[in-house]
Amino acid sequence: MSGPKTLYDKIWDAHLVDEAADGTCLLYIDRHLVHEVTSPQAFEGLRMTGRKVRAPEKTIAVPDHNVPTTPGREKHIDNEESRIQVEALDKNARDFGINYYPVSDIRQGIVHIVGPEQGWTLPGMTVVCGDSHTATHGAFGALAHGIGTSEVEHVLATQTLIQKKSKNMKVEITGKLRPGVTAKDITMAVIGATGTAGGTGYVIEYCGEAIRDLSMEGRMTVCNMAIEGGARAGLIAPDEKTFDYVKGRPHAPKGAQWEAAMTWWKTLYTDEGAHFDKVVTLKGEDIAPLVTWGTSPEDVLPITDVVPAPEQFEGGKVEAVRRALDYMDLKPGQKLEDIQIDTVFIGSCTNGRIEDLRAAAAILKGKKIKDGMRAMVVPGSGLVRAQAEEEGLAQIFIDAGFEWRLAGCSMCLAMNPDQLAPGERCAATSNRNFEGRQGRGGRTHLMSPAMAAAAAVTGHLTDVRKMI
Amino acid sequence: MDKFTTLTGIAAPMPLVNIDTDMIIPKQFLKTIKRSGLGKNLFDEMRYNQDGSEIADFVLNQPAYRNAEIIVAGDNFGCGSSREHAPWALLDFGIRCVISTSFADIFFNNCFKNGILPIVLPQETVDILMQDARKGANARLTVDLEGQTVTTSDGQSFGFEIDPFRKHCLLNGLDDIGLSLEKVAAIDRFEASAAQSRPWV
Repeated sequence: MSGPKTLYDKIWDAHLVDEAADGTCLLYIDRHLVHEVTSPQAFEGLRMTGRKVRAPEKTIAVPDHNVPTTPGREKHIDNEESRIQVEALDKNARDFGINYYPVSDIRQGIVHIVGPEQGWTLPGMTVVCGDSHTATHGAFGALAHGIGTSEVEHVLATQTLIQKKSKNMKVEITGKLRPGVTAKDITMAVIGATGTAGGTGYVIEYCGEAIRDLSMEGRMTVCNMAIEGGARAGLIAPDEKTFDYVKGRPHAPKGAQWEAAMTWWKTLYTDEGAHFDKVVTLKGEDIAPLVTWGTSPEDVLPITDVVPAPEQFEGGKVEAVRRALDYMDLKPGQKLEDIQIDTVFIGSCTNGRIEDLRAAAAILKGKKIKDGMRAMVVPGSGLVRAQAEEEGLAQIFIDAGFEWRLAGCSMCLAMNPDQLAPGERCAATSNRNFEGRQGRGGRTHLMSPAMAAAAAVTGHLTDVRKMI
Repeated sequence: MDKFTTLTGIAAPMPLVNIDTDMIIPKQFLKTIKRSGLGKNLFDEMRYNQDGSEIADFVLNQPAYRNAEIIVAGDNFGCGSSREHAPWALLDFGIRCVISTSFADIFFNNCFKNGILPIVLPQETVDILMQDARKGANARLTVDLEGQTVTTSDGQSFGFEIDPFRKHCLLNGLDDIGLSLEKVAAIDRFEASAAQSRPWV
């Protein structure tokens, strides 16, 4: 392909192994991340067919979905099925010789936090994982997306994936963000504007001043939820912030290889005049702190707004909103700020990084959570946890009344013991507010870490701008 | 993987939009290390009360739809996680085809790996098929993959598009790892070349 290219086009072209006449492509995969829930059947498939892992040195496994976040887990996991899954990953990592971070390793954590932290994720790479939030790694200018277990097996066996190219979509966030508005609000605002199917068939490139201004942590938060907008992947062109973040990480290139890599990485941007099939532009200064009120990530409004009525929507969404309001036990016209909560969850691959914990701790410093509130912080990795302890953030959380947990996915998807009971209502920094997501009958409101911290203090959804 | 050629079966209407993978198979059933046996927990929280008894008005609990092989669904079916347990659960229940106006990307891919045909049709057509599905067990839809048509119980026929490679794999029940391994020489060449141009990978 000649002519100006998008960033996505460039990464795609650099990984094309084979293209059939009908456009079906074989794409080379540079990094394959693996966790315990979506991989056992894939390894079993390899065993049954006598196949090997083609590139074990490019394959990285870490248990995260199932693991308890309480002490002693490296010795014993009570839930038998969870234990069997984690033990299966232990065995598969050993048998197939892949890189592995067990729960006893301080580097263990959520796979999408561990990958960048260890320097496995680098600009211009293709990164896949049997997990939809693989989109996170797009923050480095890597083409990263989730795959199913059959595709996990395919990548293990061939180090490639059968793909058709997606369309290009540009999401530009112009200008500056206002105080109290964060990367989480950007990504939720985009989903609110485009809907959860708005990105279907596309790879999104996020750009604009407000994106450039974000730290790498913030960029990961933005790309993480590209999947909630339906996109295959989200990308942000690498720049000095990216290179600074990567440099010196354990698996980042060094010496002459670093120089060679930098030469290529600096070409990873969308050329002037490259074609985008769809363009969405939001003004950074128009974005307010957001919360979700319903059971889809597109059900998002500024905290100053009120719960909408089903009649305000069209088509199948009318019935979906009626069902959501019933599930969430909310009434049209109710002020979002009046919604009482009983649980706060800070963590996940969306918001479990050090910057997220700093933002929450800044609100909580010297304050206490509301009486009766259950609040927990689950750092995204053992290293994030250690850093937060060193910076004194852990003590702020503990003093405020939060539980200070070990790293994992935890209450984002509630596969481990961290769950909501029926009817409990949670201010969560995670990524999905689906029915039952955090526990059967549990009610989830998504928001930024600062907003979740504010809600922990007041006991209801709160405009964090009043507390900064 | 079982071949998919033609299917005539009961279609269950599920008009709700954004049916997500947590609805299709809640996370507590992802702890299995097998692919089989998930059908009983398909749509678990919509299908059963907390005590395990059936919720009578859920579509797949209604006598007419207990043996459904097709689902006609609202927009953006399968959104959410990458869990292949969602198509595994559908297949184990007996669903071989889902029809909607759109599907989430990863779910859509996962269907093809398991012999399930996801069909995308325009809203007007899905509305007609939804009406047909509402007629119950006597109104069977016919899906012909070779001819790329869906035909209602009263003989209205609609064409659909499908990627030719995926159609070929479904019609023949092909394992695509085997197909890709036929290209191992191309993969070897790519790796050798990348080792020169991007040695840090």
